[in-house]
Amino acid sequence: MSVTFSALNRRGFLKAGVATAGGLFIGFHLPEGGKLEAATTPAKLNAFIHIGSDDIVTFTIQKSEMGQGPLTSLSQLLAEELDCDWKQIRTVFAPVDPAYGPLQGTFGSMSIRTCWDPMRKAGASARDMLLEAAAQRWGVAKSQLRTENGQVINTASNARLSYGSLADAAGKLTAPAKVAVKDPKDFHLIGTSPKRLDTPLKVNGSAGFGIDARRPGMVYAVVARCPVFGGKVASFNDSKTKTVPGVQQVVRISSGIAIVADNTWSAMEGRRALQLQLDEGKNANLNSAGIRELFVNLAEKPGAVARNDGDVNAAFANGAKKLEAVYEAPYMSHAPMEPMNCTAEVRADGAEVWVSTQMQTGAMGITAKITGFSPDKIQIHTMFLGGGFGRRGAVEYVGEAVEVSKAIGKPVKLTWSREDDMQHDLYRPASYSKFSAALDHDGWPVAWNTRVVCPSFGGLRNGVDRTSVEGIVDLEYSIPNFHVDYHPPDVEIPVTYWRSVGYSQNTFFSESFLDELAVAAGKDPFEFRRHLLAKSPRLLGVLALAAEKSGWGKPLPAGHGRGIAVVNNIGSYNAQVAEVSVQNGKLRVHRVVCAVDCGHAINPAGIEQQIQSGIVYGLSASLKGAITIDHGRVVQGNFNHYDVLRIDEMPVVEVHIVPSQNAPGGIGEASTPTIIPAVANAIFAATGRRLRTLPIRPEDLA
Amino acid sequence: MPITFTLNGKPQTVDVSPQMPLLWVLRDSLGMTGTKFGCGMALCGCCTVHINGQPVRSCVTPISTVAAKNVTTIEGLSSDNSHPVQRAWIEVDVPQCGYCQSGQIMTAAGLLKKTAHPTDADIDEAMHGNICRCGTYQAIRQAVHLAAQYQAAATGNAKGDVA
Repeated sequence: MSVTFSALNRRGFLKAGVATAGGLFIGFHLPEGGKLEAATTPAKLNAFIHIGSDDIVTFTIQKSEMGQGPLTSLSQLLAEELDCDWKQIRTVFAPVDPAYGPLQGTFGSMSIRTCWDPMRKAGASARDMLLEAAAQRWGVAKSQLRTENGQVINTASNARLSYGSLADAAGKLTAPAKVAVKDPKDFHLIGTSPKRLDTPLKVNGSAGFGIDARRPGMVYAVVARCPVFGGKVASFNDSKTKTVPGVQQVVRISSGIAIVADNTWSAMEGRRALQLQLDEGKNANLNSAGIRELFVNLAEKPGAVARNDGDVNAAFANGAKKLEAVYEAPYMSHAPMEPMNCTAEVRADGAEVWVSTQMQTGAMGITAKITGFSPDKIQIHTMFLGGGFGRRGAVEYVGEAVEVSKAIGKPVKLTWSREDDMQHDLYRPASYSKFSAALDHDGWPVAWNTRVVCPSFGGLRNGVDRTSVEGIVDLEYSIPNFHVDYHPPDVEIPVTYWRSVGYSQNTFFSESFLDELAVAAGKDPFEFRRHLLAKSPRLLGVLALAAEKSGWGKPLPAGHGRGIAVVNNIGSYNAQVAEVSVQNGKLRVHRVVCAVDCGHAINPAGIEQQIQSGIVYGLSASLKGAITIDHGRVVQGNFNHYDVLRIDEMPVVEVHIVPSQNAPGGIGEASTPTIIPAVANAIFAATGRRLRTLPIRPEDLA
Repeated sequence: MPITFTLNGKPQTVDVSPQMPLLWVLRDSLGMTGTKFGCGMALCGCCTVHINGQPVRSCVTPISTVAAKNVTTIEGLSSDNSHPVQRAWIEVDVPQCGYCQSGQIMTAAGLLKKTAHPTDADIDEAMHGNICRCGTYQAIRQAVHLAAQYQAAATGNAKGDVA
């Protein structure tokens, strides 16, 4: 059953929008001439569920919607247990509130994993309160009542009461201390694929992204920053800037010089006219070659031990065949389609922020720090995110907007240009990893050794950042002697999570190197993995399914090759088979078959979308841009120098979901790591060329 | 100097710098935020609108060049999500984050005006300038074919291209 635009009508939007102070309703962008209509106040049954006397059910969604679908999938969790009418659902994004957890944010593919239990219980609890209210009204035992599609039904008399007619009374009851959730065999919504609730808003421009926020009297700003990491603006001359039509003010903030104007374009023009004297600091001569040299030198020495099984040295001494290889991956920018931006309104009595963010708690924290207001005086309005991919876990752009609004006493929308976004990102770190392995006389690996050189994401324990070595340190292949050590090079380029994080480079390394071992052993790469994963049933399951569905081993046209790779990350398991061709030096990825075991599938269509999405993200990283550094600054500024996958390069992607009753795993980051080695291994199969450095460039194939 | 043009079927006058790109006139001066900023250099397609029926990148279109012309934005495609491309996008559930979709839809609508029954190659050719970082390309391809069917059904021309 599809949710149409008419079902999500304006009246419903406005009622819910009015009723949820602090929450920003998804349909906030009013149609032309739109007026607020009289609204009843929906009764609050818990932090996630309000029900109005008009039977409209409003769900509060505490996870950011950046395309990965929590608006719909979390609504499914609530609606399944509430037994409400799917067509009567409205959603709002949650305000910042301890009710939504101590660290309110969306990261690590954890939405479904962390909400699976509490949100079903929230739905069941609200249902129980509605049942109790009906039992009291009718003066009957709760046990003779049941619920269906937004109604409580008296099984004795067949009398019915709508949830809306019970909501006020139910809202006055105490939530039950304990509540049972459904047996999965009784699910009617979980495991199905209702249409996304946000699609109607996203086909007519009415979905409100951060960059679309507007306030009365709002002005517009951009910031001129020192392009060198760690540098700053020493001084500036704004005499020309102030002559640019539309420019209102120039103010210094902690990150640089903000130009405030009547519109974003005037602010950008004003910035173009601004003269800066830079203090470039100690990174003024930093460049990619120097960074690589640092990595290479570090890789010569032993690092902090991340894993050490058996006796690798002894096993090497006895090995029949030995292999060595070096793999490298560059810094990467997130490049979400919506550049960073934030709208802030700092008033005498408090502050409001409208932002597309993955980190509401952080947005609150930085606003409180800059304004001095306590959190009860601050409202963070979460907007739709035009992509996140990890970038929007940082909140420095929130701080910039709050600083400017505080300085000028007006609401301000601060927008980053694409160049700002790409040159002041927090990047996926570059990595340089040395691999060696020994095979026994039968061709099976007996020793594996990896030295990872990769800037740390932040947390070292015993010298190891597990995030920097994930995808290697947690390999499940049965290799008796296994050693991983690690160096965190000290480079002043900011880094952060980037879709699938450490796996985004390490799975490419390890699954490519494993392929090298299979080739050296003269064994089929699928059979080789199957043998080594005999004790890992879920990996084995996806591996076999991907091989079967892709026609692994069947003949291919000349110049074509298949590659296979597998990963377990974010609590899920997936294997991919890529089919590529290289003809006249031109690579084409034709088809990708992905088998995924993500536990209980909440919304299969959403899972399929996320698998496709992660594959496109990984293909861009495999075949397209890289961030390089020259004189302490990022060389690339826009999509002409940091290209991404386009529609004409899109392979056919087939997704096969393993049926499972296991607790749900994550999905948003599942498929990005796997596609990269699947393609590289397919290129080897097609050409005999082993590519160990990303991105793969046309000259590598010529 | 005031500049007058037709915006989604209605006369519109703005008094801004003649160099100001149409994108920022729409978004900041007129508050029509459905058209998106993505790159500012006609590299990503987020800002695509129609001028006299042709898809153009509004981020590099000075407002002065729009004088006396017809501009259609995503808000003007239909009043009720009934345009064949919007219907197909809803049926296929194309958008993920959705940020690029205004531009994707305007480009697709432009393609279907010119080519009523596009092939995959036609779609690639028309839409390779529209970036989607969420990777909805496969769904876009499917939805453009479906939109072509919807359009044909609406015009009663199920076979040949629309004249």
